[in-house]
Amino acid sequence: MTSLTDPPKESFRLSMLIYDTRYRSMTIQIVALIGFLILVGWLISNTAQNLVDLGKEPSFGFLSEPAGYDINQRLIEYNSQSSHFRAAIVGLLNTLLVAALGCATATVIGVVIGVLRLSKNWLVARIMTVYVEMFRNVPLLLWIVFIMAIVIETLPQPRDFRGENPAASMLLGDSVALTGRGFYIPAIEFTNSVTATGAEEVDAVVGGSLDWLIVFAVLAISIFAIRRVRRRADRIQEATGLRPTTWYLQLGLLIVPVGIVFILLGAQLEYPALRGFNFAGGIYMRNSLIALWLALSLYTSAFVAEIVRSGIMAVSGGQTEAAAALGLRPRRVMNLVVLPQALRVIIPPLISQYLNLTKNSSLAIAVGYMDLTGTLMGITLNQTGRELETVMLGMLIYLMISLMISAVMNWYNNRVKLVER
Amino acid sequence: MSPARVDKQEEVKMKKSVILGALSVAGLSAGAAAAATLDDVKARGQLNCGVSTGLSGFSAPDADGEWQGFDVAVCRAVAAAVLDDPMAVEFVPTTGKTRFTALASGEVDMLARNTTWTLSRDVDLKFEFTGVNYYDGQGFMVPKSLGVSSAKELSGATVCIQTGTTTELNLADYFRKNDMDYEPVPIETNAEAQQQYLAGACDVYTTDASGLAATRASFENAGDHVILPEIISKEPLGPLVRHGDNEWGDVVRWTLNALIAAEEMGINSDNLAEMAEGTENPEVNRLLGTEGNLGEMLGLDSDWAQRAIMAGGNYGELFEKHIGEQTPIGLARGLNAQWTDGGLLYAPPFR
Repeated sequence: MTSLTDPPKESFRLSMLIYDTRYRSMTIQIVALIGFLILVGWLISNTAQNLVDLGKEPSFGFLSEPAGYDINQRLIEYNSQSSHFRAAIVGLLNTLLVAALGCATATVIGVVIGVLRLSKNWLVARIMTVYVEMFRNVPLLLWIVFIMAIVIETLPQPRDFRGENPAASMLLGDSVALTGRGFYIPAIEFTNSVTATGAEEVDAVVGGSLDWLIVFAVLAISIFAIRRVRRRADRIQEATGLRPTTWYLQLGLLIVPVGIVFILLGAQLEYPALRGFNFAGGIYMRNSLIALWLALSLYTSAFVAEIVRSGIMAVSGGQTEAAAALGLRPRRVMNLVVLPQALRVIIPPLISQYLNLTKNSSLAIAVGYMDLTGTLMGITLNQTGRELETVMLGMLIYLMISLMISAVMNWYNNRVKLVER
Repeated sequence: MSPARVDKQEEVKMKKSVILGALSVAGLSAGAAAAATLDDVKARGQLNCGVSTGLSGFSAPDADGEWQGFDVAVCRAVAAAVLDDPMAVEFVPTTGKTRFTALASGEVDMLARNTTWTLSRDVDLKFEFTGVNYYDGQGFMVPKSLGVSSAKELSGATVCIQTGTTTELNLADYFRKNDMDYEPVPIETNAEAQQQYLAGACDVYTTDASGLAATRASFENAGDHVILPEIISKEPLGPLVRHGDNEWGDVVRWTLNALIAAEEMGINSDNLAEMAEGTENPEVNRLLGTEGNLGEMLGLDSDWAQRAIMAGGNYGELFEKHIGEQTPIGLARGLNAQWTDGGLLYAPPFR
């Protein structure tokens, strides 16, 4: 039967590429692709040719040459004799630092504001609306410059702390100094450092970071143990209906092991003190970091607040009513019923805000914060004259950071997603 | 939403001029860079001149919004020589960071912007320095109240510095050489530096000594600040053009030389008309075009130098008017005196 209804086998003819609807769309796409590739190829070869004509062949050799300039905030060892590559890494780390700090603060502030904006208290809700509109509708650059100006102009300078009757004094028992140049806060110093006994070369590379690694490792183990305790409590609750009281056990597990490590390492606070022109010792948070961090957090938190609000409102009112009917208190309704469902709506646009914040951090140059844009695409570009190479490298690095953030957040999104059957 | 789509929606914020510059270097104007800038300027009827974003005495807009200053005067002299109109200049304010991209991309025809002549800028960045209009050196300014009398006492100080300049590198070298620490505060423009320095966000401001004098002159209480005696570098400042267009480079170079030579020969804006009638001095005649064909060689007409000098006066007049001892800037001629007076100014012969 089938052999009768089968159409006769058609042989392929070249004209079918245009006249046959089965092939036509593919033909058009291939022609367009070839055209596009030719255009890209022409742009690249034209650029390369023009640069050669100018006598500036693209080359990345400059990266290994000494940078010659100093950077104030450096998370790794760097001096003016280090290479341009190392300067770029210092800038990259500064970018990542402010981005991580900014994302964390923006999320915390944003969630609080977003939830409060839905408050039944008229005043609180209106104040939060004003906050959101104020930060969302003024360009970020203005916020950065504005906060920087406030820090510089209103806070006392180190010289005001000097003399018999200083115009300014340190806060919290002489441990914190808020100055126009930045904030000086006490740092934790390990007098019994595990690396201090080792060879000097090792000290130079690892420094105090090994001590911190131990602290964090112990902290991670504690958190793991706390989760085990909670699971056990869950099991007992399911079996007997009574939940054992474990908060003191959890608190102890969190504090005691880390405390012991701190004592063993001989941790003590190193206080900043006025020495010479500036304060020395402790942790120095530069005014540029504070201005950038604060502005990025406040600005982005306004967007995060709106995302959180939309997420909560997307959870149908029936869910809240059902939970209330079961006798859950409002706080538990929010934590156990509404927020977990709202997260599905919140996470995707939140990724976008994290990416935004990271890229917006390149406005750092407005306040002289030495991020990737300031070092690689700023001073290095200027001192070497390699515009194309540095800008392309910078774009590539920002692209990679963004893709990594999205990958991590997408993974998290898949975890909290509602499992549908 | 896929990550690619998210990315497409955002824009990487970046200095517009750097991007524009990089793109135009990449795509379009590289071919034109080697072509005749002189013809372009004549065809356009206007000179695009890169200046600083504001350094009083050197280049800053006055109360009427008109650019004034010692560097600006060089642009006006070139415009007068080429276009017969000292006002036919479009001033493009550039920061220490954007200036080279602006020039390389053809956004400006020349830079007259207190820029230090160095080997790597001349050779590697592919520019042509056409002379020196101010011999400078890097200095330090501190508030008097700090009680500092020498740069050697600055260990541990916070230093405001314009980013993307040679001063940034000199500073790193100087503190390294003297085994001192410092905290650099990078800033973009002179105005920002001034604000931060006055607010006390930095103890020291360092830039070219002339720039320090100009900045201090604009302070409310100029007397409360001192410029330290150490000059830590050589900073020959001069106008520059793109490498590879020698005709245009010659025009800028010899316009500057004409201003310097005019002072040496005693030609000023008062006696210019009289001298242009013809004098007994053949070199004056050659410069002013009443003898020989120097203007023609440059691709200009014979009166080019007359117009350049007419635009604002000779080098000495420009110096006195904008930055000299009678002005708030109050700079002495020092190294910038004529060679006959023990300075370094030495224009090659006009023949």
